[in-house]
Amino acid sequence: MTGLTPESLALLLAATLNAGTVVALASLGLLINERAGVLNLGAEGMMLVAAIAGFATGVNTGSDWLGFAAGAAAGALMAGAFGALVIWLNTNQYATGLALSLFGAGLSAFVGISYTQQRLPERPHFAIPGLADLPFVGPALFRQHPLVYITIALAIGLGWFLMRSRGGLVLRAVGESPESAHALGYAVRPIRLLAVMTGGALCGVAGAYISLAYTPLWVEGMVAGKGWIALALTTFATWRPGRVLLGAYLFGGVTMLQFQLQGQGVQIPSQFLTMLPYVATIVVLVLISRNPTWIRINMPASLGKPFHPGA
Amino acid sequence: MFKLEPRPAPSKALMLASPLIALAITVVVGVMLFAALGKDPLAGLQMFFVEPLKTGYALAELSLKATPLILIALGLAVCFRANLWNIGAEGQFVLGAICAGGVAMHATPETGRWIIGAVLLAGVLGGMLWAAIVALLRDRFHANEILVSLMLVYVAEMLLSYLVYGPWKDPAGYNFPQTITFLEATRVPKLITGFRMNIGMFIALAAVAGFAIFLYRTYAGFQLQVGGLAPAAARYAGFSSRRALWTALLLSGGMAGLAGALDVAGPQGQLTPYVPLGYGFAAIIVAFVGRLNPIGIVFSAVLMSMFYIGGELAQSRLGLPKALTGVFQGLLLFALLACDTFIHQRLRWVSTK
Repeated sequence: MTGLTPESLALLLAATLNAGTVVALASLGLLINERAGVLNLGAEGMMLVAAIAGFATGVNTGSDWLGFAAGAAAGALMAGAFGALVIWLNTNQYATGLALSLFGAGLSAFVGISYTQQRLPERPHFAIPGLADLPFVGPALFRQHPLVYITIALAIGLGWFLMRSRGGLVLRAVGESPESAHALGYAVRPIRLLAVMTGGALCGVAGAYISLAYTPLWVEGMVAGKGWIALALTTFATWRPGRVLLGAYLFGGVTMLQFQLQGQGVQIPSQFLTMLPYVATIVVLVLISRNPTWIRINMPASLGKPFHPGA
Repeated sequence: MFKLEPRPAPSKALMLASPLIALAITVVVGVMLFAALGKDPLAGLQMFFVEPLKTGYALAELSLKATPLILIALGLAVCFRANLWNIGAEGQFVLGAICAGGVAMHATPETGRWIIGAVLLAGVLGGMLWAAIVALLRDRFHANEILVSLMLVYVAEMLLSYLVYGPWKDPAGYNFPQTITFLEATRVPKLITGFRMNIGMFIALAAVAGFAIFLYRTYAGFQLQVGGLAPAAARYAGFSSRRALWTALLLSGGMAGLAGALDVAGPQGQLTPYVPLGYGFAAIIVAFVGRLNPIGIVFSAVLMSMFYIGGELAQSRLGLPKALTGVFQGLLLFALLACDTFIHQRLRWVSTK
């Protein structure tokens, strides 16, 4: 490849981290969900509603952090509605999740109509003092949105929580065998709802990150399948937070490679480059699913199954 | 506290009533939404439930929109009954449109009327091809059909965009991303002059009959449904789950492709980036609201078309965003799923000891 200087490589790495963060956040949220045994296909819809909620709040208050809070609240609220339906009314998780996605797409377009094509003012770039001025690694790793680092910390923390803490054990028990957890006296349904709403809040932050930081504007349908890719990622990662992070940056890399190739004038029509992340998702999904036992090792045993507490 | 208890036998009356209750809930929420937006709720309701039925032209438009929804939802119903979650009908629709358009572009002024058959067939094959990718990856590599079919929607949209911006662009089209306008011979025959309604409606109704027979009167349809309801029983009976997978996905892909072909060879008449209209996603709701039943699907498709036309009218006459359609469609599905709970279960007050 011509024109690949250390500077452009540093920028590519930085952009990869940036793009990967969106998917990582949402995927970590969905992982909490799924570890509790609930499959929420509504990620795309929650992220869209959170993207407009975050953007509108950001524009009207001038505060990104309030925007993120609004995104999280919107995501948690939508997840709460979903959770109430699937956990208490035992509606089909696939169908309810799909309804949430379709509803979210409509609602976000509806609410966002007056914000279309508005832009947020340019904000100073965040940089870690000292480290950001290092050659190469500085621009590549240490001039990022704070959420990029928070996401990494979150993945590590979640890994510890799931495998090393009592709370994580209860969460996993609820997803593996809700009957046993119920028999031991754990409130399966409230725990599941809490997990679903936490997952929704994280998807919400991811959605708000898209409209506040990633591409700071609002366009209808701007999540563009990232919610679905995040869902695929939880499976690729076999429900392990560390692998989610890895997969997300891989995805971010593919997304950014597309722009890099376009910038270098590679003779491929742009549409084929835009396809790349989606095709890559299919390819990785196929590679990973080839061996079903590998996925099943970590798959929560009761994923997607309704729970009816006995008398 | 309240407790949900399984009913010994689901009530027939409730099964018929629950879509109506769901509709009523959607209307109530809609009225609140209109009021919150400062619009007259009665005028809003009129746009959605009266105007689409008022004139002959409106009825013709209603049938035009209901046709693709019926076709796609029929195929999806077979998939969902077999417990296969094909949610990429939108992509299969787009690929059907692309293949049909590709054939239609080859017509010359001398080409006979037979070409319309080739155009529709190409659409069916295109949709089947896109669904076959999903079936193949699921069959051979156990790849999740939800994610694969959905990813393929984005791929199909990009493929369409490439074609209409690139090799298939109309040289005389003032640089607009569109193909040539298809010749009259390739266009689906219209039923009445002055209306856009075409014979697609009869194709859809014939398909309803065909699917009803397939689901309720054939052994293959029976095997497929058992596989969805009780996989272990199906295995014990020796029913092939692989055959069910391929049958369901090819059927639904073909139907979505046919809908795409009818759309480009009908009202659209050329390929543009605006071929994906969301019918593939709306049809998911149609299939559920129609209870995965061919006759039910007809009713729910008509209802969903009313939402489409009402949304367009609300935009032009009340200045409300068109996205209102999507909000109503989503609400209806939520309400229905919640109502359905009470078909199989009943709410009982249980005193806590």
